[in-house]
Amino acid sequence: MSEILEKRKKQIRRKGAGPYEMTCEKHSLAGAVSQRACVFCGSRVVLYPIADALHLIHGPVGCAAYTWDIRGALSSGPQLHRRSFTTDLREQDVIHGGEKKLYQCLKELIAYYRPKAVFVYSTCIVGVIGDDVEAVCRQVSRETGLTVISVASEGFKGTKKDGYRAACRALSELVGTGDISSISPFSLNILGDFNIAGETWAIREYYRRMGIEVVSTITGDGRVEDIRRAHGARLNVVQCSGSMVHLAREMKEKYGIPYIHVSYFGLQDMSKALYDVAEFFQDAAAMQKARRLVREEIDRVLPELMRIRTDVQGKKAGIYTGGAFKAFSLVASLRMLGIRTAFVGSQTGSPDDYKRLEEFCDPGTIIVDDANTMELVRFSQETEIDLLIGGVKERPVAYKLGIGFCDHNHERKISLAGFEGMLHFAQEVHASVMSPVWKLIDRKNINVGNA
Amino acid sequence: MLLRHTTSEIKERSALTINPAKTCQPIGAMYAALGIHRCLPHSHGSQGCCAYHRSTLTRHYKEPVMASTSSFTEGSAVFGGQSNLLQAIHNIFSIYEPDVIAIHTTCLSETIGDDIPQIIATARDKKYIPDGRYVIHANTPSYVGSHVTGFSNMVKGMVTYFAEPGTQTKTINIIPGWVEPSDMREIKRICYMMGIEIILFPDTSDVLDCPQTGRFEFYPKGGTTIEELKAAGRSRMTLALGRSASVAAARELDSKCKVACEVMELPIGLRATDQFVDTLRRVARVEVPTLLEDERGRLMDMMTDMHQYFAGRRVALWGDPDQLVSLTEFLVDLDMRPVYIVTGTPGKKFLSRIEKALRGKVPEAKVQEGPCSDMFLLHQWIKQEKVDLLIGNTYGKYISRDEDIPLLRYGFPILDRIGHSYFPSVGYVGAMRLLEKILGLLMDRQDRDAPEESFELVM
Repeated sequence: MSEILEKRKKQIRRKGAGPYEMTCEKHSLAGAVSQRACVFCGSRVVLYPIADALHLIHGPVGCAAYTWDIRGALSSGPQLHRRSFTTDLREQDVIHGGEKKLYQCLKELIAYYRPKAVFVYSTCIVGVIGDDVEAVCRQVSRETGLTVISVASEGFKGTKKDGYRAACRALSELVGTGDISSISPFSLNILGDFNIAGETWAIREYYRRMGIEVVSTITGDGRVEDIRRAHGARLNVVQCSGSMVHLAREMKEKYGIPYIHVSYFGLQDMSKALYDVAEFFQDAAAMQKARRLVREEIDRVLPELMRIRTDVQGKKAGIYTGGAFKAFSLVASLRMLGIRTAFVGSQTGSPDDYKRLEEFCDPGTIIVDDANTMELVRFSQETEIDLLIGGVKERPVAYKLGIGFCDHNHERKISLAGFEGMLHFAQEVHASVMSPVWKLIDRKNINVGNA
Repeated sequence: MLLRHTTSEIKERSALTINPAKTCQPIGAMYAALGIHRCLPHSHGSQGCCAYHRSTLTRHYKEPVMASTSSFTEGSAVFGGQSNLLQAIHNIFSIYEPDVIAIHTTCLSETIGDDIPQIIATARDKKYIPDGRYVIHANTPSYVGSHVTGFSNMVKGMVTYFAEPGTQTKTINIIPGWVEPSDMREIKRICYMMGIEIILFPDTSDVLDCPQTGRFEFYPKGGTTIEELKAAGRSRMTLALGRSASVAAARELDSKCKVACEVMELPIGLRATDQFVDTLRRVARVEVPTLLEDERGRLMDMMTDMHQYFAGRRVALWGDPDQLVSLTEFLVDLDMRPVYIVTGTPGKKFLSRIEKALRGKVPEAKVQEGPCSDMFLLHQWIKQEKVDLLIGNTYGKYISRDEDIPLLRYGFPILDRIGHSYFPSVGYVGAMRLLEKILGLLMDRQDRDAPEESFELVM
């Protein structure tokens, strides 16, 4: 297999190798085995966890089938989001247009389910045949009295990031439409947590313990009525660099609600998130409660973390995430366990992300944008890592290489956010890195080599 | 109650699909292309399609799945995808060095009307395709057919691009249809036992069920070679297993290279395996070896020993047409009652094939294919009158949980269990595995539901 393609060289950096020069936010090379997805994917993942909304995918069956309940975003109540609804466009619809079919589907669905709101996702084909999805949504809204929101998420119109923006645009149609009279001055919205394995619940509980009202969770365990009232909160707390910041910005402009960025991964970042929130409200009681909470929680998990550290320290890890923001927390969390990060990459990092990442990492760390499988394999072998952190497509690659793996994407089955989440993370890393199965492969190779 | 919103009252639906019992063409084409040795499937469209197909195949096989994408942008959608595809072909051969690039289209590139053969010809003119390397394609618009259609189209593409006529050999082509790597391995084993030389294509064994060696192979050792695909045009005949997935390629071989074909159902269950083995015996002019007869005997033994547990049990099935036809026939032989059968894959002959498989023995059976045939409808039927067993892909687990009915995972995709890619369900051995699984589910159920006084040690 040949070397890294010339055109990709500027998307790979090694810390300490001369002045900063990193290219990113580029379209993937045609022909690359890229790990990236599309605009539709971005919109779908953001909006999907709103559990009492109906999500209709306007397009051929595939887009609906592949996104049918694959992310483990949990709901404490309604489960409507876990159904797969599609207009299942056929050849005739592509020729004659799909508007009538969309209209019919919406009417039938709304009559059957009476959801709180409807999101209609446009897929590639809808963009090409030119269905006026917005007009159909408006008409159905008028006729049924329900909020029917068109999500302009045609796959080819950019990257997954553009999908986040489309989703935020759709959400901003809901925000500002509910009654906010009873909302406390100590209140916030949780933005950008998707309640994978119940993470939103844990974060919500922390804020409750600090005496702060959570008005809405956008979008993990999300509810339409809560999102309508989101503009009544005094602060937006945004997790994850990409997905929700557009909505936060818009709410700042429109309603004057400030926002702060946080990460809920790792002890440091989690604590900082709570302190930042307490500081924002400039409330001594909230700060005191935050301090107590942090102390209690860290006391609870630290002994076990230190036990795990004695086993795994000295190991090396590679990180490949969707957004870059998560990578910071991961590098820090691994550091806490005595694990060095040998390479770190993301699908969609910005120049600022990579610059900060470079500052944050140890010398020699490889930093990469939009890596393909071959590069990940090469970095993994070259740096002799013991652990890869990534998503669904990276897992079997790591295993084939005989190294441990941790899913820090939507396939995780245990919560990794919060103080408890750090413990889960350490336990998962430990279980994978220390598994005896890797030794069995080594032995086989030695035997084969000796034979 | 995850499906709490589903009611038993069935209303006429004009358009809507809820919880589909199919997916789209490109993923089938991608799966088929992985069955060629050193082939890189290429998705001509937006990045998302490729990512979704790779993720789904990865989840089903727990194996790395490699495929590249044309990475369409808005510009490609307006001006056509030619420049993306040319650049892709150039890049793929220089970075990934495959023997073959197998391009499939998406709904987007189909609709804007990219002419793939013309683009491949241009790539050849520009010397983007090294000597001895190949680029093949299949048109797989997502708004026509289903994943099964896409599989069929790509297998047909293999014939169109590679099969070469010539002096006839003794070899027999077998097109296995959409089955698991384990099934392809089993088909090869049966033929090996019978001493028959075959060309099996596509062949995903040793591609998607690779042994763990501590190495990552971008191109695993398995897959049908190009030499074999070329030689398929000189074989004595072709056996096409499963009408929906295999007939198109077999017919193409016939018209292109005059290789006669016989079409039969997938060898799932007793009768279909008998037919498969008997056809092999007849066309290769060999005897059925005792070892294989013994396998059949052991399957029969299991069926007779356990017949009382199967009798009269009502079953709901969904999935791919070819698999459903053979499964239905097998269930009827077991004296079970396949009462609800649904496939989202449209196809005119499906209903008559199922009718034949039912042999008039299950007059109450409800069968539906094509638009609005989905898991929602199936669930509504089940709500009207219950069944004892579900057979289908992972998506049945919602119904299984809500209605408290055991589920035998079968078909594509299976995202929450393993085994399907390692243990066959075709052939006599495969039928025994199916029996073991069905019995296990029914008996576990009986044990779990039995009141203490009638809980029995021996069953």
